[in-house]
Amino acid sequence: MNEMPKPKVIIAKLGLDGHDRGAKVIARALAEAGFEVVYTGIRQTPSQVVETAIQEDAKLIGISILSGSHLELVGELMRIMKERGLNIPVIVGGIIPPEDREALLKMGVAGVYGPGTPLKEIIEVVKKLTGVS
Amino acid sequence: MGSVDRLREKYEEWVREFLIPTLKKIPEWRKFATSFGVDIKPLYTPLDLKGDYLEKLGFPGEYPFTRGIYPTMYRSRLWTFREYSGFGSPEDTNRRYKFLISQGQTGLSVAFDLPTQLGLDPDHELAYPEVGKVGVSVPEVVSMSILFDGIDISRITTSFTINATAAEILSMYVVVAESRGIDKAVLDGTIQNDILKEFIARNLYIYPPLHSMRYAVDIIAYVTKNMPKWHPISISGYHFREAGATAVQEIAFTLADAIEYTRWVIDRWKLDVDDFAPSYSFFFAATTNLFEEVAKFRAARRLYARIMRERFGAKKPESMRMKFHVQTSGAALTAQQPEVNIIRTTIQALAAVLGGAQSLHVNAYDEALALPTEKSVKLALRVQQVIAYESGVIDSVDPLGGSYYIEWLTDTIEEEAMKIIDYVDKLGGMTRAVEIGYPQRAIAESAYQYQKMVEEGKIVIIGVNMFREEEELRIELHRVDPASRERSIRRVREVRERRDREAWERALNELRRAADREDENIFPYIFNAIRAKATIGEVSGVLREVWGEYKPPSIY
Repeated sequence: MNEMPKPKVIIAKLGLDGHDRGAKVIARALAEAGFEVVYTGIRQTPSQVVETAIQEDAKLIGISILSGSHLELVGELMRIMKERGLNIPVIVGGIIPPEDREALLKMGVAGVYGPGTPLKEIIEVVKKLTGVS
Repeated sequence: MGSVDRLREKYEEWVREFLIPTLKKIPEWRKFATSFGVDIKPLYTPLDLKGDYLEKLGFPGEYPFTRGIYPTMYRSRLWTFREYSGFGSPEDTNRRYKFLISQGQTGLSVAFDLPTQLGLDPDHELAYPEVGKVGVSVPEVVSMSILFDGIDISRITTSFTINATAAEILSMYVVVAESRGIDKAVLDGTIQNDILKEFIARNLYIYPPLHSMRYAVDIIAYVTKNMPKWHPISISGYHFREAGATAVQEIAFTLADAIEYTRWVIDRWKLDVDDFAPSYSFFFAATTNLFEEVAKFRAARRLYARIMRERFGAKKPESMRMKFHVQTSGAALTAQQPEVNIIRTTIQALAAVLGGAQSLHVNAYDEALALPTEKSVKLALRVQQVIAYESGVIDSVDPLGGSYYIEWLTDTIEEEAMKIIDYVDKLGGMTRAVEIGYPQRAIAESAYQYQKMVEEGKIVIIGVNMFREEEELRIELHRVDPASRERSIRRVREVRERRDREAWERALNELRRAADREDENIFPYIFNAIRAKATIGEVSGVLREVWGEYKPPSIY
């Protein structure tokens, strides 16, 4: 495949949660699929993630949370993004109860992916959301 | 012709005349290999046994403990049924503990929320969204007292999953015991206090590695001297496995950590290995790969016994006996068709029991979606009870011992793990290995390879990459009471207002001085601060000031 360089995406761990297996696997899979990936590491605040995304001129933010704090932290992230005029898609992965998935989508999250989601599905979604096809 | 030669001849004949012709007609439907990539033969025989029975296996309760650490194992005492739980405020969790005890649980295991584990009070800005979410909020001693309200802590054993703030939590527990007239010397339980694995996999560290090691090792030295029944550390492989490690990496990194702690305690406190090693406990995962897991536990036991005797010159059998807790693998749970998880956890729990565990937590079927409900945790406990009382697997000690396949697997895992331990030795031990990121990278690599095998269908997960269902089963999930956070915040503020300010200030100042002086054991200073009603955020705040905070490299 000979295509244009793929856009930059941020993979971030929001909050105090230390479970980073999923975030690292996704970061590597996206990098191998040709994306430029910035993995923030753990313990990021919503405003740190927004700042990183602005500085890096990222085209998408992928958030991983397994601590049950997704509604508050992602809500805060979306609020700060709006405030800072950052309009790029956000996707969320982790341990998310089904009814919270709906709440996240209502907040404007582009997709929520729980355990067992195939990597190729994530790659396809990220391609679509960043306009690579 | 000797019997071994006769056997070899018969085996070769069987391969030639039966195995190969059969495979030509009906080829194997997939490749068979261990989780760490060693091929598995179709059949194992006495030809695969290496070494002498007495040297490799011996008798249960005797060196090298391959067959178990006690002579009669579960015939005299069952493992402890210990479901890890905690959420919301101490009142919420106390109710859950009483429920579990009423259902036949025999030990407690406390899950703390992230702020408590990271030394942040619930009203701290970073703590606020996380209060009471993955565990219970216990930021000060009053909360600890409520957590164990109506529970006889002089009798039940309690395990605390706490690391970067292990000294603060243990101090609170001791203060509560003393307020009830219980001497700390009779308290029986465990604090995890394994900071190395936090840097490698679990990620709930605060201070840089060297200060963190001092903190952990000071607790070991203090507890061994003053609390003879307490386990001051639970050296954990569980989190390596959950982060993606293979079975071999899991036990190799755990034992490399054990070596590092032992070396530190001896160097720093000039203790004899037999003074403190008997207080060690260990913690492993059990995945659904039944025989491999059984062999892993047996290999870990034998390796540990040899390391303690040969490397550290341990003389007491208690210093060579690997006591361990097992939790079924959380990463093996699926969000899809969650009820199937009950079948998985049953096999995993069976692996722990056949592997000789001293204590067990079985995951609830809904934990890929949320914390467990009362109903799901009760079922998890019932899995343990059915295995213990109905299955008959406890009737004889180490019932799989002597299986040609199990013994071959045990030997193979031991050999492979030893290669990794040797490599860590070459790097200069685990603290150094962690600083340069070796185990972190090795585990991230295994995690990625595992995921690729799942994607390629080489590893089958029912409901995920085989026998999928489109329609989602909605099950009732646990919700943390939103009011619990406000209760925690209100309480911590009350504690701050009502304490003796002078005693509190003095204790924190003394702690600050002790943190700065390498030759002091830090534990008694933390204890005094906690007794003076300092909060976890205040104690940890002082140590952060003096020791700084660890910022890890980003490796994926």
